Amino acid sequence: MQSINLPSILTPDLGLLFWMLLAFLVVFFLMVKFGFPIITKMVEERKQFIDESLQKAHEANERLAGIQQEGERLLSEARARQAEILSQAKATGDSIVREARERAQAEGAKLLQEAKSQIEAEKQNALRDIRQTVAELSVAIAEKVVRQKLSGDKQQQQLIERMLDEVR
Amino acid sequence: MKLFSQLIRLRTAWLCAWLLCGFVALPASASSAGEGESGMPDVKEIVLGHMSDAYEWHITTWNGHHLSIPLPVIVQGADGKWHTFSSARFHHSADGTHEGFFLNEEANGKVYERLADGTEVRPLDLSVTKNVVQIWIVVAIMCAVFISCARWYRNRKPGDKAPGGFVGLVEMFVMSINDDLIRPSVGEKHYRRFAPYLLTVFFFIFITNLLGLLPIFPGGANITGNINITFFLAICTALMVNVFGNREYWKEIFWPPVPAWLKVPVPMMPVIELFGILTKPFALMVRLFANMMGGHAIILALTCVIFITCQINAVIGTSLTFVSAVLMIFMNCLELLVAFIQAYVFTMLSAVFIGLAHPEPHHASKEA
Repeated sequence: MQSINLPSILTPDLGLLFWMLLAFLVVFFLMVKFGFPIITKMVEERKQFIDESLQKAHEANERLAGIQQEGERLLSEARARQAEILSQAKATGDSIVREARERAQAEGAKLLQEAKSQIEAEKQNALRDIRQTVAELSVAIAEKVVRQKLSGDKQQQQLIERMLDEVR
Repeated sequence: MKLFSQLIRLRTAWLCAWLLCGFVALPASASSAGEGESGMPDVKEIVLGHMSDAYEWHITTWNGHHLSIPLPVIVQGADGKWHTFSSARFHHSADGTHEGFFLNEEANGKVYERLADGTEVRPLDLSVTKNVVQIWIVVAIMCAVFISCARWYRNRKPGDKAPGGFVGLVEMFVMSINDDLIRPSVGEKHYRRFAPYLLTVFFFIFITNLLGLLPIFPGGANITGNINITFFLAICTALMVNVFGNREYWKEIFWPPVPAWLKVPVPMMPVIELFGILTKPFALMVRLFANMMGGHAIILALTCVIFITCQINAVIGTSLTFVSAVLMIFMNCLELLVAFIQAYVFTMLSAVFIGLAHPEPHHASKEA
């Protein structure tokens, strides 16, 4: 302690060392308890939070992309289904129309056939009637002609009278 | 960055004020303490006096009146009783003695006790000196800055907005030291345990260095340029290194992976390694002390150039005052840099030494 030749900044000084120890312990304790760890911890937590947020954003993005893809897939599927259904419906409609037409044609043909056969029958009836009538008329006429030839005036007179009678 | 440039501007303002004070105090200074035989200022005395500890905080001398803040003197006398009194008491009595205590000019102006038989002894001296006050000012500043910043985080979640302004600056500063200096130096695995200590040391040295550059109260005491302080800080680091060093660290000291003849008959390597334990903190102590002391000494010597040359000749005095002022501005800027660099280097080396005390076991076998 008696180093008189040395300047005081190079001399050991118990008092200064004591106060330095005390002050440093105080500041060290305060800093450890209330200072630096709180700051560094908070910054690290913030860093972690940012990392997590980024991770979450990435995941959300990926999920969104997945959802979009899924949506597109669903849409195209739906379109395909729609087209399929439409074509099916068209085919069904066509077949129905075709069937209906065929049926109508068949019905029409049947009706026509019936009408024809009826007409034919009517025609046959008519022909038969006409033929009968013609035969009767012919017979009648022939009768008359025959009567006329067979008799004179007197006979004619008689024939006419008889015929009149017959008409009457 | 803006704050930093403001700081520099503030420094320059301080410097100008200091220079002005110097000019005004010129006649007083010539007639006051640091005067040599030929009327020249005693540069060595002035420089050492400004860098030394003191029982009062001298601010300026005005027309021969000392303007200073008296500080409490706390000493234990030879009789075992504690004496507490203001350092102004020394000036009140005619012979500068109070309760048997006096300032011994032959022993760096420390308090000595004159015993009844006339012998002078150094009592146990726990006085609150200028350096002690300066240290407590640093402690107060650190508490104010970092605890207030830490309180800002209260009631805030990690997802909240990051701080801006002063808190943001402090956070950025702390995290840059934490992430760019401590983490790579100590190593990813262990740095969390030692980060608070290393951060405390860094900011203590940094703020002390900066305050040491202020010419007047509340700064200007030469703390880190005092061997006691750097000794204490080096001891702290040595304790951190050796108390928390792992088994592998001690194995590498007493049984290093070198050829056996280097350690069996004569334990050469263990002795060298043991010296390493001592030289590491010693280097820390001397580096910080010498750098800060040297910077202060140069600035003070440059200030003295003004007074010396003015005594010789007005022309030389004026021209050299200009040169000296320019050099002092340069030195102050350099010291601003050194204030940061020395705090950085001390912390970095402490961190590296702590990191070296936690070697991985497989790492050693690879070396061998």
